[in-house]
Parts: sequence; C-alpha cells; structure tokens
Amino acid sequence: MNLDEPYIEEELRGILNGVSDPEIPVLTVLQMGVVRSARIINGKAVIKITPTYSGCPAMDVIGEDITKALKNEGFDADVELVLSPAWTTDWINKEGREALEKYGIAAPLEADADKDALLGNKRIVKCPQCGSTNTVLVSQFGSTACKALFKCEDCLEPFDYFKCLK
Amino acid sequence: MNSSLENYIIQIADNSLILGQRLGELCGHGPSLETDIALTNISLDLFGQVRSYYQYAAKLQGGDANEDTVAFLRKENEYKNVLLVEQPNTDFGYVIVRQFLFDHFHWLLQDKLQSSSDETIAAIAKKSIKEVSYHVRFSSDWIRRLGDGTAESHERIQQAMNDLWVYTDELFQMTDADIDLLESGVSVDLAAFRDEYYARVKSVLEESTIETPESKYFQKGGKKGIHTEHMGFILTEMQYMQRTYPNMTW
Repeated sequence: MNLDEPYIEEELRGILNGVSDPEIPVLTVLQMGVVRSARIINGKAVIKITPTYSGCPAMDVIGEDITKALKNEGFDADVELVLSPAWTTDWINKEGREALEKYGIAAPLEADADKDALLGNKRIVKCPQCGSTNTVLVSQFGSTACKALFKCEDCLEPFDYFKCLK
Repeated sequence: MNSSLENYIIQIADNSLILGQRLGELCGHGPSLETDIALTNISLDLFGQVRSYYQYAAKLQGGDANEDTVAFLRKENEYKNVLLVEQPNTDFGYVIVRQFLFDHFHWLLQDKLQSSSDETIAAIAKKSIKEVSYHVRFSSDWIRRLGDGTAESHERIQQAMNDLWVYTDELFQMTDADIDLLESGVSVDLAAFRDEYYARVKSVLEESTIETPESKYFQKGGKKGIHTEHMGFILTEMQYMQRTYPNMTW
C-alpha cells in the first residue's frame, strides 16, 4: 500500500469536497491532501486527517467541519488525527495548486528551488497577481505557519507564498 | 511515579513549551512586524509539537490526565526543561542567540529521534524536523546579519553569546530517562552528536565574525527540575488561567 496515496471511498468524496480549509477557503480538504483516508466501516465514516504543521490551529476546526458535513448526510463520523507519514506540500493536488494561485497565494516550488527562493538566491517565485518573477522575500514566516511573505517588484503587490514542506 | 518513557517525553516537550512561552511574550512586541510574526510562528510550531508529546504522555498516565493537566498543573521542580530556554527576552540579540543555540540542538535531536524505536516519538520527530529546519534557518540568518552587521549589533550578539554559552553543555547532559531508554532504542545518546552541534554552531559564528566563547564552567540543573529565578515568573503567567479557573476550556 502506498501511504502517500490517500484512500477516499467514493461515497464520501462528494461530502468531503464540500469541506474547505478555514484559513484558505478556496482549498478543499481533499485538494489540500490533509485527508489521508475516508472509509465506511459498519455504517460509520472513519476519517483520518493529518496536520500541515504541528501547531496548525485550523486542524481542530477541520475535524469539526468534517464531522458536521458527514452528519448532514446521515453519517456518524469518527475523525482521527494521524502524524505519520508527515504531510508534505507534494500532497496538494493540481486543482489545489491552481486554486491557490487564483486566490492570490503562490504555490510551493520544488524543494531545491524553494531553498533558493527563501534564501533570496534566485528570483523564481511567480507573483500571483501579474505573473512576474521579479519578486523578493519579505519574511520567511507569513500570516500562517505554512506561508512566507513576498513582494512583487514589478506590480508592487505583497503576496503570500505557500512554503515547500518535504 | 512516572515511568521512564513519560519522563523522557516530558523532558523533550518541556524545552519546547517554555521556549514557546518565552517567544509568545514577544507577540505584538517584536522589533518589526516580520520578526514579530516569525517569532510567534516559531512559538506556534513549538506548541504544536508540545501538544503531540503531552497527549502521548497523558495517554500513558491514564485517568483524568490530558494535555492541559500535563502542561499547566505541575510544580516548578516537575518541569524538566534546560535552563537555556527559560532565559529572559533581554533584547532581540538575546532572543536570537537563545533561539540559535537551541535550534541547532533541536534539529540534531529530532533528526536522531526519527529512528526511535517508539513509533509515536519517531512520528512526532518526522513531523517536527521539517518545521525545525525553518527555525534553524531563521535564527542562523539573524546571527549572520547582526554578527556581521554594525559595530553595535556585533557587540550585542557577542555579549548575548558570551552570556548564554554557559547553558549549552546542559543540552547534552544524560538524564536517568535518557539512560534507561537507550538500550531499547527509544532514546538517543546525546553525546553522539555533541561535537557535530558545536561544529555547526561554530561554523555559523565564524561566518558572523562572532568569537566562540571559551568556557570551562557550565550552568546546569533544569533537567533535574532545579531552575533559575526566571522560571517561577514564567509559570505564574502561564498557569494563571488554569489555577484561577480550574479545568476551564476555550
């Protein structure tokens, strides 16, 4: 079994698609990759979620939102938080990355490129507003644990960059 | 009487709890918006890791124990954090030096704990190390920037380094829990990465034109529950709510 590949039962997929990250509302919990498995066991929905960052305050809310959404569809839910394997930004899927960019958050680069960007060695993070890569790091830590703060030197807009976590 | 495993979990987590609390004091008081946000982000990472450890400790303790009772309802001598992390936020130089000296240790410890024979400890380590990598980068960058900065910033960093250096040796002191759990592969031999720690620290200090302090005398005691005079004040503030309104929740 590949642990990096989440197992989502089809019957639950539609319901989970309606639950979004409270801090990045354009991203569903499935696009984000925080739901690692969703199964129906003896009529009960058993969901395993994993935090993006250990201290992510959104996790409690995500757990509650999932329980509520399932309840609305008639399922008793059991939501469990698992730490292993640890979440990585690779688990944000393609639609998730597109949704991030559209929302104004630059999607994570590959690990090596990310290091260059965060150390300020290269200008490679693309501004989600104007598309320019003439951008500079303002702070490695941004508005939430998972983001860094950048500024575009062409359109002068500040923007969030979703930090690569591997 | 706690088991060695409980003691071990608590001694690791207490470092992060007390440092997280110290950093939390800076919320809204950082020298600039970006550093304010960075320091509190780091604090949040540390508290997140602490929650995982204390939940595990509470499970082992059983009964009514939960992460909050472990965090808030102990007496001063029951906290096993190293003295380094309880040192005050004297100025930004001290904050960064304290962070820098802890982060390099923290990273190396978590790196080794990834292969702990205890599954939960290994899982927390695999999660934490990704976060701690950012902490190391942040504090090391500031050491370089201030150490190799103006005459004033250089002097302040050197001063903080000289003052806090005496707390580094304690990081590698083996406790009873460390020793008890070594054979089963749960704990790690701290001496095994001591040289690597000092080598990493010194390499950043050289780049930063900061002299590595030479000290033959080191302060110890935190791992045995004997703390500096600062600890009582930290706990007074941290425990106020749970002591005044027992069992209160958000």
